[in-house]
Amino acid sequence: MDLGKTTADTAKATMDTAKAAMPPPPTHTSPDDTYHSSDHEQARKRFRRARKRRHTWISSLCTLLGLVALGTAAVASPGWERVDSLFLDGAEFRAALPDLLRGFWLNIQMFLIAEVLILVLGLLIALIRVTRAPGLQPLRLAATVYVDVFRGVPTLLLVFLVGFGLPALRLQGTPSQPWVLGVIALVLSYAAYVGEVLRAGLNSVHPAQRNAARALGLGERQTLRYVVLPQAVRNVLPPLLNDFIALQKDTALVAVLGPLEALRAAQIKADYDFNYTPYLGAALLFIAVTIPLTRFADRLQRRAAQRTWAETGR
Amino acid sequence: MNQPLLRIRGVRKQYGSRLVLRSIDLDVAEHQVVCLIGGSGSGKSTLLRCVDLLEVVDDGTIHLGDSELTDPRLDPDTARRRIGIVFQAYNLFPHLSVLDNITLAPRRAHGVPRKRAEEEARELLSRFGLADKAKEHPDRLSGGQQQRAAIARALATRPELLLFDEITSALDPELVGEVLDVVEDLKQGGLTILMATHEMGFARHVADQVCFLENGVIVEQGSAQDVLTAPREQATQRFLARVLERS
Repeated sequence: MDLGKTTADTAKATMDTAKAAMPPPPTHTSPDDTYHSSDHEQARKRFRRARKRRHTWISSLCTLLGLVALGTAAVASPGWERVDSLFLDGAEFRAALPDLLRGFWLNIQMFLIAEVLILVLGLLIALIRVTRAPGLQPLRLAATVYVDVFRGVPTLLLVFLVGFGLPALRLQGTPSQPWVLGVIALVLSYAAYVGEVLRAGLNSVHPAQRNAARALGLGERQTLRYVVLPQAVRNVLPPLLNDFIALQKDTALVAVLGPLEALRAAQIKADYDFNYTPYLGAALLFIAVTIPLTRFADRLQRRAAQRTWAETGR
Repeated sequence: MNQPLLRIRGVRKQYGSRLVLRSIDLDVAEHQVVCLIGGSGSGKSTLLRCVDLLEVVDDGTIHLGDSELTDPRLDPDTARRRIGIVFQAYNLFPHLSVLDNITLAPRRAHGVPRKRAEEEARELLSRFGLADKAKEHPDRLSGGQQQRAAIARALATRPELLLFDEITSALDPELVGEVLDVVEDLKQGGLTILMATHEMGFARHVADQVCFLENGVIVEQGSAQDVLTAPREQATQRFLARVLERS
């Protein structure tokens, strides 16, 4: 009996037993219309509802008290008046906002471009690092060195090196706009992180999955493309998003090269007026984008946790 | 005060619109072994999970001794300390040695001093033929050994009631026997056990009572002899014929 046939047979047998285990849906599989929950269950439900209400009350009260305490402590601090006028100037905020928004648009552009490049480069690095083909040894070595170096160098330092070093080489065709150089530095740095995250994802897929795919006759590449990679990405989506949230903030590091992004715009305005409110405005803009992303990452993480729980809980 | 240790009354459980348990009534007296049989999806596992408070019942009550397990005021952890459960997939902690797997709950949840916990654990292990595996990690054990270690772990907290959820279903046929021997040994020791199983021979041999479930209802219930040898209900007959045909 050949292997392919046995697999097919077992699959069929499993399907048959599944069918046999669930005989033609009898009327009582669906919730019965005549059912009324018992008094006992209703009392239990009432109790749970009351408890939930109580817990909501307690948590809101604690949150409120905490906020009030924090606020009072801030306002009561000796330097509050100075802080209030230097950081919380409404007029200054309104005046700075258009410039900040214009600058922030550049941050978003840098983020979006860098993100795509990082994904491509990171995936390439991860794939190179997990292959075992002997001919690829030099590439594997290069990828390892790349990750070690670029994960080791502080991102800000890298922005300096690329921003001032690359143009200094005077190579034909090197970009000279500071924001492009900044994006290159960010891509170099983050591709190393993302590559490692993706590699962890690839390694997290159970070997049995690969075997199952190969047993079905899929080639190495097809196995990777249709079976391993989708599961790998699903497994590491939350940490991947985490890296992108960090990237979103780190676009501000490019400010040191001079392009008019949000931080740089805030700096100029703050230096001109001797008021730090624009900084706070820039911070708010970043938060406005990162918080939804963070919540989204949280949700994905919860879903992933539920899924693994469902797999092992049975 | 001669009531059964575990009393299940009118238990109902549904997932969304899918009704998994309709209205289950079941008693397990002290020192009894009760086997739940039935096809997959019949509700056996869900019933066990309801008893261990891993699922919240949608109606009905479950009493263990004097306390109502389904009372929402009850702290589920306190209740679970009185119940031991073993799953189909062993669920041993892979990062701990067999000995540490067994002593974890007695030491951390019951406050048993380390020395005494380890003594008791070693006693259990030698009783189950695992004395030389105490320091090994679970991945070095066979499936049967892992499952016996899991039973030892469930026993270590001296539960009043043991729940076994198809504990031999993931094992090779030749390993099934060694695990079932352990269960029989526990029955001789006077433990109270509620178990879901597909081992009809074992159920006939060891169970005091057998319940056949189908679509979340106990279709037939009685002594092992009655239910397995001379079933009254057609559904039971059909199920048994199917199972015997397969083996």
